[in-house]
Amino acid sequence: MIDRTYIGHVEPPFEVLVEKSRLKFFAKATGQTDPVYTDDAAAHAAGHPALPVPPTFLFCLEMEAPDPAAIRNLLGMDYRRLLHGEQGFVYERMAYAGDVLRFEQSIEDIYDKKNGALEFVVRKTIVTNQRGEPVAQLRTVSVLRNS
Amino acid sequence: MTSLKPWADVKVGDLIPALALPPVSRLDLALYCGASGDHNPIHVDIDFVRTTGLPDVIAHGMLSMAWLGRLLTNWVPQTAIREYKVRFAAMTQIGEVIGCTGEVTDKFEHAGEQRVRLSLTTANAEGQVKLSGEAVIALA
Repeated sequence: MIDRTYIGHVEPPFEVLVEKSRLKFFAKATGQTDPVYTDDAAAHAAGHPALPVPPTFLFCLEMEAPDPAAIRNLLGMDYRRLLHGEQGFVYERMAYAGDVLRFEQSIEDIYDKKNGALEFVVRKTIVTNQRGEPVAQLRTVSVLRNS
Repeated sequence: MTSLKPWADVKVGDLIPALALPPVSRLDLALYCGASGDHNPIHVDIDFVRTTGLPDVIAHGMLSMAWLGRLLTNWVPQTAIREYKVRFAAMTQIGEVIGCTGEVTDKFEHAGEQRVRLSLTTANAEGQVKLSGEAVIALA
């Protein structure tokens, strides 16, 4: 069983530069054809200062952590038995190419179901920009299969 | 570029324009692996996958969530999205034809904004639900 005393644990924050080339590659990989996400002129015409970070890309930027497996290793979770159960975003403002975003991850909850056959880890990540303004909150539920 | 829909014109039960996708290919997963930074071999390396007991690679759940994100930004500008969440209900397999749909389930006012709640789904051609979720959109 995962040690429940890690509920409330906070990881050291880290910063990630939003690179325009990554945003264009993400648009290609997700079949996004709206030029707002790939063309500076289209983004400007739509009122954006630069290419916008699309709704789920904050999750990808979060994986740019110095050690993306930090929480998994801290809790001793075998990634072969790990599933992504739920993902949520609450948005405060847009983020753009050129922004430097700060991610602060914490472990909000750890619980189990089916007599421990399934364990759930809820991670909360607060994202702010280089001006200290709130951008979003991410909520990730990971599921560990113990049977 | 999408424009905001008038809140008054949107009704509970309305379907937003669906998004139909081509069959999921190995190239899709390889591109998403690189673009997303999610290098979990379960999505791209069949030799690894065979050691886990699965018959083949499976699509990234977050790729499906990105497709549902396209469904939303095809309907309204991204600046209107307040909340967006999904539950990963079933694995998406190579060759499956996935459709993304959304339905208005609620209209309400919050923080001085007129908002709608959408239920969201991705499903294969047989109707098996892969992702179910919801979004909150501010329309005025």
